[in-house]
Amino acid sequence: MVRPGTRKFHMGEVSRTSEQEVADAPREADQPHESLIARFGADEPLKLDAGVDLAPLQIAYKTYGTLNAARSNAVLICHALTGDQHVASIHPVTKKPGWWETMIGPGKPIDTERYYVVCPNVVGACMGTTGPSSTDPKTGKPWGLSFPVITIRDMVRAQAMLLDHLGIESLFAVAGGSMGGMQVLQWAASYPHRVFCALPIACATRHSAQNIAFHEVGRQAILADPEWRGGRYLLENTNPRRGLAVARMGAHITYLSDAALHRKFGRKFQDRANPTFSFDADFEVESYLRHQGISFVERFDANSYLYLTRAMDYFDLAADYDGVLANAFKDTPTRFCVVSFTSDWLFPTSESRAIVHALNASSARVSFAEIDTDKGHDAFLLDEPELFAIVRGFLDGAGKARGLSPKS
Amino acid sequence: MNRLAPADTDPTVAGIERAPSGARVDLVLVAEMVERGAKVLDVGCGDGELLRLLSESRGVDGRGIELSREGVNECVAKGLAVIQGDADTDLADYPNDAFDYVILSQTLQATRRPRVVLEHMLRIGSHAIVSFPNFGHWQVRLQLLFAGHMPRTVILPFSWYDTPNIHHCTIKDFRKLCTEIGVKMEKAVALNAWGSPLRLNAPWWFWNLFGEQAVFLLSRRS
Repeated sequence: MVRPGTRKFHMGEVSRTSEQEVADAPREADQPHESLIARFGADEPLKLDAGVDLAPLQIAYKTYGTLNAARSNAVLICHALTGDQHVASIHPVTKKPGWWETMIGPGKPIDTERYYVVCPNVVGACMGTTGPSSTDPKTGKPWGLSFPVITIRDMVRAQAMLLDHLGIESLFAVAGGSMGGMQVLQWAASYPHRVFCALPIACATRHSAQNIAFHEVGRQAILADPEWRGGRYLLENTNPRRGLAVARMGAHITYLSDAALHRKFGRKFQDRANPTFSFDADFEVESYLRHQGISFVERFDANSYLYLTRAMDYFDLAADYDGVLANAFKDTPTRFCVVSFTSDWLFPTSESRAIVHALNASSARVSFAEIDTDKGHDAFLLDEPELFAIVRGFLDGAGKARGLSPKS
Repeated sequence: MNRLAPADTDPTVAGIERAPSGARVDLVLVAEMVERGAKVLDVGCGDGELLRLLSESRGVDGRGIELSREGVNECVAKGLAVIQGDADTDLADYPNDAFDYVILSQTLQATRRPRVVLEHMLRIGSHAIVSFPNFGHWQVRLQLLFAGHMPRTVILPFSWYDTPNIHHCTIKDFRKLCTEIGVKMEKAVALNAWGSPLRLNAPWWFWNLFGEQAVFLLSRRS
């Protein structure tokens, strides 16, 4: 999270960058920086839930650490809605640290001196894996809305293709929060024998009506931006920055909590002693949100936002198993560590509890911890010592059972 | 939810006896009743001391349920498979015959519906192991009879107004409940105030008077 700066942010700034600049810049979607790329041709298409084959397919990913000789120490990290593969190293666009550097790295809970960490960009995203802003080789133009609708299961299928490509048959662990946690659950359901242990954090097996509603507001903000141009903005050299920024601002509120916002900002004014009697960003919290929106559009594609929020909305793991969630994990050999946060109102503890109930009904080996914090949904990305101790302890225990040496 | 906190974290129960290995005597007794390599659910597992003992000394596949968030998080950080949950409400979610043993160590007296909990335990597991403080112990009886106040002992250190223990019973009461719900008592051990098992051939009234705690191994009457 970015602390509110001292300068003021005006919504008008959002569209100030020259449109031509946007069009000319080599798109991260086609040529990702600081990333490895796996390419799959027409002979190995990604079979989508929408009923179409996606080919060719490009997957951008990062790896950290070393794969051991037995190929048994691989940890797959699944990123959240607006995350990417740059999980534990400088982001090539924002130049900021990786989004989970608190968790992953040498000596960290997911220790890259011990585990081989693989983090791919999900299909449908915009940081180098094929998505709506990628160039469709058939037309030579960006996919835009002709890109097929994708699901969480499609993301996981694509990740399985990447692991096949890397020669990793069995993962030691799959971990992720939020949309990443949904992928973790899908992994455990789709490929139970490829997942030794699973860490679904701050997530659910289905997106709630309230969450779908929030996503719909975000999408409508994008669609209402005249610069969106029916999704053809890349061709028309425009960019629906305002719409995407507003979508981000709304979503960002859901990632925090009332208590956290109050603690951070209260009703404090931004660089002024009195209200200006205008619609300027008088309050610090307004300035902060505007900053969140503006910085987000620098690194994210509006159409990807539409596709990925849709994928989350469609996620309902039990629905694929006759409505009985326990059937998704029937006889699973996977060890689970489910984690939730007390102030997370996007994926409240009750959702995690439902996962745990289903896992118990399947006699799965499951640990479940709720962490007391006022930081809301975003807590999984922040400095939460209890979370680190739990992840470290769980992986140590699982590592022993897997026969991993303390340092490989 | 373990109502007898381990001595190293709670000075009020420092009097609980420990085996030479450092483990609590009552837990060692429980562990000895479990077959090697069995699948075990520890209900109210506290900080995981019994689960750890079971996995180290008996090689069991152990799981735990614990009410307190601190206890759960400590267990998970130790690599134990423990979830936050309530014995009174969450046992209903477990399928039949999911475990070989379901253990309720020093927790029965803190449940809201001990009989229902016991019935669930023997539905989920083929065996149940229950340990509890005996409210028929002579010290308890004498305190009520002569001092006229609610008994407080080394293993029951709480005042009446802040105790989590809401359903005390004696060894005699517990045996009666077992008969009522038709479970088979396979083994029983009573510990005296010094943590040593009482003579095996002693009559039940003797155990009920001199046993400070009791451990029962139960199974379904098939």
